[in-house]
Amino acid sequence: MKPAPFAYYRPATLEDAAARLADGADEGAMILAGGQSLVPMMALRVAYPSELIDLNTVPGLDTPRVEGNTLVIPALVRHATFHTPDPAFGPTGDLMASVVRHIAHHPIRQRGTFCGSLAHADPSSEWALTATTLGAELELLSVRGTRRIPIADWIDGAMSTTREPDEILTAAHLPLIPPGSLSGFYEVSRRAGDFALGMALVVLGMDGDRIGEASIGLGGIEEIPRRIPEAEAALQGQPATPESFATAAQAAMDAVDPMSDATTPASYRRDLAGTVIRRALAQAATRLPAPV
Amino acid sequence: MTDKTAITLTVNGSDHHIACAPRKTLADALREDCGLTGTHLGCEHGVCGACTITVNDAPVRSCLMFAVQAEGGDIRTVEGLAKGDDLSPLQQFFIDEHALQCGYCTPGFLMLIEGTLRQTPDISEDELDEILSSNLCRCTGYRNILRAARRALDHARTTTPEPAA
Repeated sequence: MKPAPFAYYRPATLEDAAARLADGADEGAMILAGGQSLVPMMALRVAYPSELIDLNTVPGLDTPRVEGNTLVIPALVRHATFHTPDPAFGPTGDLMASVVRHIAHHPIRQRGTFCGSLAHADPSSEWALTATTLGAELELLSVRGTRRIPIADWIDGAMSTTREPDEILTAAHLPLIPPGSLSGFYEVSRRAGDFALGMALVVLGMDGDRIGEASIGLGGIEEIPRRIPEAEAALQGQPATPESFATAAQAAMDAVDPMSDATTPASYRRDLAGTVIRRALAQAATRLPAPV
Repeated sequence: MTDKTAITLTVNGSDHHIACAPRKTLADALREDCGLTGTHLGCEHGVCGACTITVNDAPVRSCLMFAVQAEGGDIRTVEGLAKGDDLSPLQQFFIDEHALQCGYCTPGFLMLIEGTLRQTPDISEDELDEILSSNLCRCTGYRNILRAARRALDHARTTTPEPAA
């Protein structure tokens, strides 16, 4: 299939893009960044924007940077940027380097963007899970001004966000993982590069040999990626052992309301929730210092 | 404007002055307007990888870019690999290892490997294997493609890449 006709606009600046979007949003104008989800949807005639406003011509949006304790990821930072992250990103860069290998395939990662993934809000988005677990804030621009919104208030359903039609997601602000914390990621999909059926991302703050603050994020299981407070509470004050991990995994399995489809019933995804959490925690534990 | 606009695409070092509507994908523009039918189209929605080319050395799906977006980029297609009748080392490895049968997916695999090794000639064997999962082949079962890619990797490690013409 071929995309339906649309008009094409190359803005010089983000402000220019916002002005154009304000004019065209009612008729269906959309922002184009990496295009690795939007263009297939246009080819399948699921999406038929009246106009594409192509951010690729706007300079200065393609490099992430550290500001204080935050990793700022502007709108044109490609997935592939995180294959070999800047050492300044610290453990967050290491974690993202292990996550990014699960995002589609290599050629897709050359074009697709971090922010585009958050705007698309597919339940199986690895970056939406990452942003959710780390507690990202998103920066939005329109002719009405800018606003910042926590990721928890952003995704409101499968492939649905609270973005106003005239707003552009211009950057994500990702809190850096504190030094000394352990992190892990685990994903199950049917074949290499396929959509995640279930995935977990975990960050454990350690208090001596006990777990202090735990962040347990689950994606692909429910319509919206989210942290699972029941699993986090189960780990607090516990040693990082297979037993405590199993308890946390069970707490998550009891807490989730999984999606179901023709090939993967909710019961399967509930089991998967426990499995991916256990394995992500086990991966985090491999980064524990060896006992003295 | 949804109408045709004049653009210039730089493909394999040559400028092509063409007119196309914004909705025309880069893959279609290469085939229909530049006359370069070596780039094949399978699924037309980014899954199969048959249309893989390189833009500024990055292997990308040409069905997921619009032609108007590729202006100013260094576009490379399978037609740019051989020098006259002399096949590139990668193409010769494909023949030697019997890495193609029907040949439909071959241009995509060649450009996937070409771009990957241009970007990262020091890539590990495991990473290269994983990248081969990007494209679909329904004849050979991948084993022979993997062997050809490994030979191309050895070649890239031991030679300094020539600048593209």
